[in-house]
Amino acid sequence: MKVDRASRYTRTHEWVRLEGDEAVSGITDYAQEQLSDIVYVELPAIGEHFGKGEVYGVVESVKAASDNYMPVGGTITAVNESLADEPQQVNTDPYGAGWMIRFRPDDPAEIEQLMDAASYEEYVSSLEGAH
Amino acid sequence: MTEKLIYELSRPGRCACFLPKTDVPPADLPSEWVREEAPLLPEVSEVDLVRHYVRLSQLNYGVDTGFYPLGSCTMKYNPKVNEEACRLPGFAQTHPLQPEDTVQGNLKLMYDLQCYLREISGFAAVSLQPAAGAHGEFAGILIMRAYHLDRGDTGRSRILIPDSAHGTNPASTTMSGLEVVQLRSDSRGNVDLDDLRANLDDRVIGMMLTNPNTLGLFDEHLEEVARLVHGAGGLMYGDGANLNALMGIAKPAALGFDVMHFNLHKTFSTPHGGGGPGSGPVGVTEELARFLPGPVVIRTLDEEACTCGPDDEHDEFCYRYELSQPGSSIGRLKAFYGNFGVMVRAYTYIRMLGGAGLRQASEDAVLNANYLQARLKQVYPLPYDRPCMHEFVLEGRLADAPGIRALDISKRLMDYGMHPPTNYFPLIVHEALMIEPTETESKETLDAFVDAMTRIAEEARTQPELLHDAPHTTPVGRLDEVRAAREPRLRWKPPAP
Amino acid sequence: MSYVPHTDADRREMLAAIGVRSVEELFAVVPESVRFPELKLPEPLSEAEVLEELRALSDSNADLDHLACFLGAGAYRHYIPSVVQHVIGRSEFYTAYTPYQPEISQGTLQTIFEYQSMICGLTGMDVSNASHYDGATAMAEAVIMAISVGRGKRRKAVVAPAVHPQYREVVRTYTQGMGVQVVGDEDLTADIGRLAERIDGDTACVIVQVPDFFGGLDSPETLSALADATHRAGALFVVSVDPISLGLLKPPAAYGADIVVGEGQALGLPPSFGGPYLGFFACREEYVRRMAGRLVGETVDAQGRRGYVLTLATREQHIRRERATSNICTNEALCALAASVYLAALGPRGLRQVAELCYHRSHYAAKRIAQVPGFAVLGDRPFFKEFVVRCPIPVEEINAELMEWDILGGYDLGRDYPHLAGHMLLCVTELNTRAQIDDLVMALRIIGEGGGE
Repeated sequence: MKVDRASRYTRTHEWVRLEGDEAVSGITDYAQEQLSDIVYVELPAIGEHFGKGEVYGVVESVKAASDNYMPVGGTITAVNESLADEPQQVNTDPYGAGWMIRFRPDDPAEIEQLMDAASYEEYVSSLEGAH
Repeated sequence: MTEKLIYELSRPGRCACFLPKTDVPPADLPSEWVREEAPLLPEVSEVDLVRHYVRLSQLNYGVDTGFYPLGSCTMKYNPKVNEEACRLPGFAQTHPLQPEDTVQGNLKLMYDLQCYLREISGFAAVSLQPAAGAHGEFAGILIMRAYHLDRGDTGRSRILIPDSAHGTNPASTTMSGLEVVQLRSDSRGNVDLDDLRANLDDRVIGMMLTNPNTLGLFDEHLEEVARLVHGAGGLMYGDGANLNALMGIAKPAALGFDVMHFNLHKTFSTPHGGGGPGSGPVGVTEELARFLPGPVVIRTLDEEACTCGPDDEHDEFCYRYELSQPGSSIGRLKAFYGNFGVMVRAYTYIRMLGGAGLRQASEDAVLNANYLQARLKQVYPLPYDRPCMHEFVLEGRLADAPGIRALDISKRLMDYGMHPPTNYFPLIVHEALMIEPTETESKETLDAFVDAMTRIAEEARTQPELLHDAPHTTPVGRLDEVRAAREPRLRWKPPAP
Repeated sequence: MSYVPHTDADRREMLAAIGVRSVEELFAVVPESVRFPELKLPEPLSEAEVLEELRALSDSNADLDHLACFLGAGAYRHYIPSVVQHVIGRSEFYTAYTPYQPEISQGTLQTIFEYQSMICGLTGMDVSNASHYDGATAMAEAVIMAISVGRGKRRKAVVAPAVHPQYREVVRTYTQGMGVQVVGDEDLTADIGRLAERIDGDTACVIVQVPDFFGGLDSPETLSALADATHRAGALFVVSVDPISLGLLKPPAAYGADIVVGEGQALGLPPSFGGPYLGFFACREEYVRRMAGRLVGETVDAQGRRGYVLTLATREQHIRRERATSNICTNEALCALAASVYLAALGPRGLRQVAELCYHRSHYAAKRIAQVPGFAVLGDRPFFKEFVVRCPIPVEEINAELMEWDILGGYDLGRDYPHLAGHMLLCVTELNTRAQIDDLVMALRIIGEGGGE
């Protein structure tokens, strides 16, 4: 499993990182592996606001659909429209080309309170152990 | 071995139908309404059409082709007399809106079928209207909801559903505007009583329970579950998908259920048609009868026809049958009265078997499942090791063949000429293989299945690639489902000129 | 006899392998007090006896092989080419389950793919699903889909009074728990022109039937204008359509439909006292992921061979459970196969011929009936195969008398539309010959005269 050192993580396997006053988010390498081949990503409308933990979209493989949760509250400023034609980017480059949303966080400081890469790795290995 | 699309066989000018000429003076067509382009339909000759569909049929596998142990689907043999019965002209060629006097035969058949299903299930009333199992579930949940609202109890909005349930249970709940609360199963495959108690309160409309459940197990605490749910003011919904284990064994109403749907296309031998039509009548207790979807068929004494003396017992000729809407009905669930053609088949089946025959069917369904379970648990892991009902669930994984999954085993079974079991359901078993042999299979067929499964387990250890690449003998190999979903091609399009 | 093959010797061997002494032992878990109830059902019959009993029931009905049928109202008598029964009688088709294992289900899968293609070809829409239970439930699912497209924020469905009364009822049954308002048909006398007034920002969809329940056709311009008004409000335009009419008439895509539904029984299925029928459902491509029901898509296997699979299944209950687009599982696959065979047998020209026969014969009938004293044909709109006749005496009485002539009369509109008491909805298809129509006219003349006295 790959992690992006510059990002923060949620227990529902989203990553988020600040880029200027905006934040970018997507699903983690672990999440894309669990889902296997991603065939469709449903994204929100620009301008929509979601609270922390609210569902903003869905990612689907052939046999599963999984909700995407807002890592912190914010207003959507852009979505990755290239995922409509090439959802497989989420599989090949989850932290880069496979990003899903860009948003203006209500409180950027909240992001710092999420897990960092090392804690997320630990969290994932605890899940694997439970299996 | 693939077959061209019928559009690819099309040649302009061909037709496979002879139609009458018009024998009346033609009327002016409404020019603003006449379509500019003809509909995009194929043009084929009758012989090409027949060969196309016959070849396609040969790419299919049905119960008439071979063993079909698809768990939770009850793929029993479909008696041919059923097909003959439903095509009798008085059944097939009657219009649903004909005057009731002219369809007394149909209405009597429906009335009698309602009675038979009541007797088999122990419920007080039955509506034949739902067209499928999920449709019957939906009816049942709406009935439970209506019951509480009718009592002025508006605070209830939750339906309790075990984690082993069919997906239709939660989906039907959402369609009824209600909330799903999922309950855990315990280590023996029963409803977890502690989890049930923790979630029971005055917000609960009722509980949906499949019994035997999707593990093929009869819940060991069923009476306690029903007592608890009723104690909280809730109702018990029975998913009748697995009724094939219970005919003449126990009446669901006597087990504490208040509502249940029947799957005529599972339990009562009507064919599945490659995905329908089915029929999903719903049965209820006396208390809930007035909420049933309608119309239902009732009968009244026909004063004119009845010549009985005061002490005579009325016979069938004394009655008139009519359609009637129950007093507080949840409403009509489809146009007309249900899938009548399917009802005729189920009626025929019940008439041929009688009470003892139905019990025999259930007994042998359970015997067959237990026989397979006893033999196959020596080859594959059995997560819940106790006598099963009409089906059971194995794990499709082997300790010494780590790369092999349930799917590989299923696909390899096709090379042995058999239909695979249900895969990956119920969700609470890893790599589930859900096996339902049904009562119509002989011991030789069951033994052949055990042999095939045993040989596949050996192959898994010695030649795993044989399983990974399976099936090898089918018209096509494993298909690229990812591509189908990423670039959906959902209809034929004419090639670009 | 239970279609079970076991001999006593088989059972003994199997019980021994299980390790129990009797079948009864396998049921020890069933509470004893309710175990093994006697089922009080009639004594079992042999195959010959059961057929005799069923023939007697069948014969006690008055069937359409022996009556001239002028009854429609949502179930129709059209000619069914012999090939239809031949194909759906192939037990490789009818004894198969839902095609979850594509490698051994290519027959079913390809026929569904072809069915989807034909429904799109007929309606002009982009995508069709594999079927619904009937036209009414397809309409109810269209409402649910429209609400989902509006992300649950729009909670109103506007429905024309001239939509089939039972369909409107089913829409209400389906949505009763969802907090959805069904409006537009409170005033049953209102025409389609008034519908636009009911559209607002809370409207998820507007539903019309073409031809409507009375058989009539509003102009394509009127329907387009209503579609535009619907779209301006951000709602979906739902059209329920008679598939036979599409051999001749403009497809709903031409006047702005977003979702097209309808009853497919006319396409090769007998009236069968109301079922099994076929709900067809098609929509614009952009809504495909909000669609209910099964979809079949084309793909390839590892060797590059073309094949078909169930696809976009994450919409469905077996994967998405409480968040599925619908609870539908079993649908009407075999009926969809019958419809495909029917449409393939007729082709575009055969279907046009059937539609024109319906049109010409129904117009001949209307013209002749209009000349019968006491009877009048209502309305000045074009119609397809059904039309409304005002009668001098109650419809029920006329129909009872017509039965003496071996004629099944029309639908009594007063049952659903109080202002149309004494009005009959008559249906004429390609199976009603001129001789039958002339008989009907003569019978009405005599019945009318008798009633006038």
